[in-house]
Amino acid sequence: MFKYLKQLTSLVAMVAVLFTFTTETMAAKKSKTLKNTQKKGFVRCGVSQGLPGFSNADAAGNWTGVDVDVCRAVAAAVLGDANKVKFTPLSAKERFTALTSGEIDILSRNTTWTLSRDADIGLTFVGVNFYDGQGFMVRKSSGITSTSQFKNGISACTNIGTTTELNMRDFFNSKGISYEPVAFEKADEVVAAYDAGRCDTYTTDKSGLAAQRTKMKNPDEHIVLPETISKEPLGPVVRQGDSVWEDIVRWSLNTMIEAEEYGITSANADSMKTSDNPQIKRLVGAEGEMGAAFGLDNEWNLRIIKQVGNYGESYKRNIADTGILPDRGPNELWTKGGILYVPPSR
Amino acid sequence: MNFKLKDIGPQLITVLVVVLVFGFFTYNAQVNMENRGIDFGYGFLSQESSFDVQFSLIEYDGSHSYFRAYLVGLLNTILVSVIGIILATILGVIVGIARLSPNYLINKFAAFYVEFFRNIPLLLQIFFWYFAALRALPLPQDAEPMFGISFLTIKGLFVPAFIWQNFNIFFYSIVAAIITIIVIRYQAKKLQENQGKQIPVLLISIGLLLILPLLSFLIGGVRLEFEIPVLKQLATTSFIYEGGVSLPPELIALALSLSLYTATFIAECVRAGIQGVGKGQKEAAASIGLTPNQVLKLVIMPQALRIIIPPTTNQYLNLTKNSSLAAAIAYPDLVLVFAGTALMQTGKAIEIVSITMFTYLSLSISISLFMNWYNKKIAIQEK
Repeated sequence: MFKYLKQLTSLVAMVAVLFTFTTETMAAKKSKTLKNTQKKGFVRCGVSQGLPGFSNADAAGNWTGVDVDVCRAVAAAVLGDANKVKFTPLSAKERFTALTSGEIDILSRNTTWTLSRDADIGLTFVGVNFYDGQGFMVRKSSGITSTSQFKNGISACTNIGTTTELNMRDFFNSKGISYEPVAFEKADEVVAAYDAGRCDTYTTDKSGLAAQRTKMKNPDEHIVLPETISKEPLGPVVRQGDSVWEDIVRWSLNTMIEAEEYGITSANADSMKTSDNPQIKRLVGAEGEMGAAFGLDNEWNLRIIKQVGNYGESYKRNIADTGILPDRGPNELWTKGGILYVPPSR
Repeated sequence: MNFKLKDIGPQLITVLVVVLVFGFFTYNAQVNMENRGIDFGYGFLSQESSFDVQFSLIEYDGSHSYFRAYLVGLLNTILVSVIGIILATILGVIVGIARLSPNYLINKFAAFYVEFFRNIPLLLQIFFWYFAALRALPLPQDAEPMFGISFLTIKGLFVPAFIWQNFNIFFYSIVAAIITIIVIRYQAKKLQENQGKQIPVLLISIGLLLILPLLSFLIGGVRLEFEIPVLKQLATTSFIYEGGVSLPPELIALALSLSLYTATFIAECVRAGIQGVGKGQKEAAASIGLTPNQVLKLVIMPQALRIIIPPTTNQYLNLTKNSSLAAAIAYPDLVLVFAGTALMQTGKAIEIVSITMFTYLSLSISISLFMNWYNKKIAIQEK
């Protein structure tokens, strides 16, 4: 009798070991970052130290902007509440280290997607939430209306640690113009120095120029020159090595853009559940199993649209209505003459 | 056996703990970097940097390597530190002596200066001097010439450049003057020790330093011309000076704030040093017939210096390390150029931060070693 008992216990033990093993691998399939985020109860999001329209905190400490909305969308998807985000303001210099060292889980900080960044330093770019390009701002009184009027000896204020410094060099070198680069660590100092007259021109991404112009003593005294000297696709970044988390962030952004394409807004999202169009129904969680692969429920995308809104709403609220860039330019849907085009949710 | 476990035990444990802690951090960093797919290596130093720097003492542009960019930053750090140390020392000594002045106004003014500047955070002072200067200085086209040849503007200080002919002859004449002065001083000292005779060494030294270079102009064929900065128009309201040498306002503001701040601490060191010399020394020196100048030079200062040097060394080290605040106002020092731009473009955080830390460590240790040597030299010679 005892003999069998012994065999039985070892059998039970084996089954138990096997079972824990299988549940372990099931859990491991689920993203580690997602698990940690759900355990903590908030999404850790790295943003800028203050760029109106993209990520900017008001006096009460509430963050707004299109970059902020990406993180809020992820929070709505994985935690059910768009407000469950902890924002960490980062300088251009700190941003990648903060992400790779695990201090934040999403970097949504007007960051340009380039080959070397994507390939080299343990980062993965998940998409583009703003198509930008580097430009120049000058004082109206200087009479300069085009970069072709730049002359040898011009001084240009900018930020360190960005692609801006490299583009600036490429631009001036290709034109054969000698220039004085004055590079600051923080954007506020760049603006203050340029505004005081230290530099003849201020160069950064055009959206940044438009946003910073609003901070000048007298914004009307400055103009942004028409030329664009570089491609700056800005988008959210995640750590390399957690592909499920990467997919969640990518498709949270895609959901916002696609929702605009199909006319789903925060106001009408619930009523869209009964739509005849299966594509719309999939976007509001009324058809298919669109969340299972991420380890999420089926209404994750509905929550994004209801709580954060579609891309168009976010753009209007943060960038157009604040007077930064009323014209959407390339950041218009592909169906309306822009280049916003995302893969379908299906 | 001279060694007892009791003696070396604690030391062995300390070494072991240090090695283990260091080893743990290295291992931890390695594992984490591997997990996140970050390479480790210094190969990037030879790659093209592809960014430009505003102000450089050596020839540099974006086609040079990251190592060259490192040198540019390092030299700029050394430049501002050296300027800062010289200015802070001069100002510190003056203010330190002024604090002991019997003149009420001078005394109180020096005390006010010390209390005011040492109690405001340095970063605030740097911002203040930089942005105050930017607001106060004129645009290039509005600048009044200083002595007709220099212009202090919002874009920097523009001074004439020296254009030399036969500069090496001029240089040798100065070297010759210095060697002659050293020989004369040595002889003068011997003369005084052996025969008690004094010769006016200072006057002779100044004379030599003036006459020899002058001769190099008159008969050595040395020519010096000035290239005076000329105003150039870039756009309707945009001007710049061309020709000459330009010192960026960032350098001026940084050197000014560093030296004004550090001078307060040096002033206190100087005051403490002078007050630390016994009153009896001064009275004894006066009683054997030394003039007040000789009392200060031969009796008070040699003793005061022994008290002044060690804490002043700390201030020199502080100034050098504080110069890393340059990044806030765009002065391209080591931190801004290398630990800033280069770090961002390469993403080699651990490598670059370790190099930067090691560089500051080396700089500080060099200053320490030099000051320790000087301190030893002026210490009491036990015979």
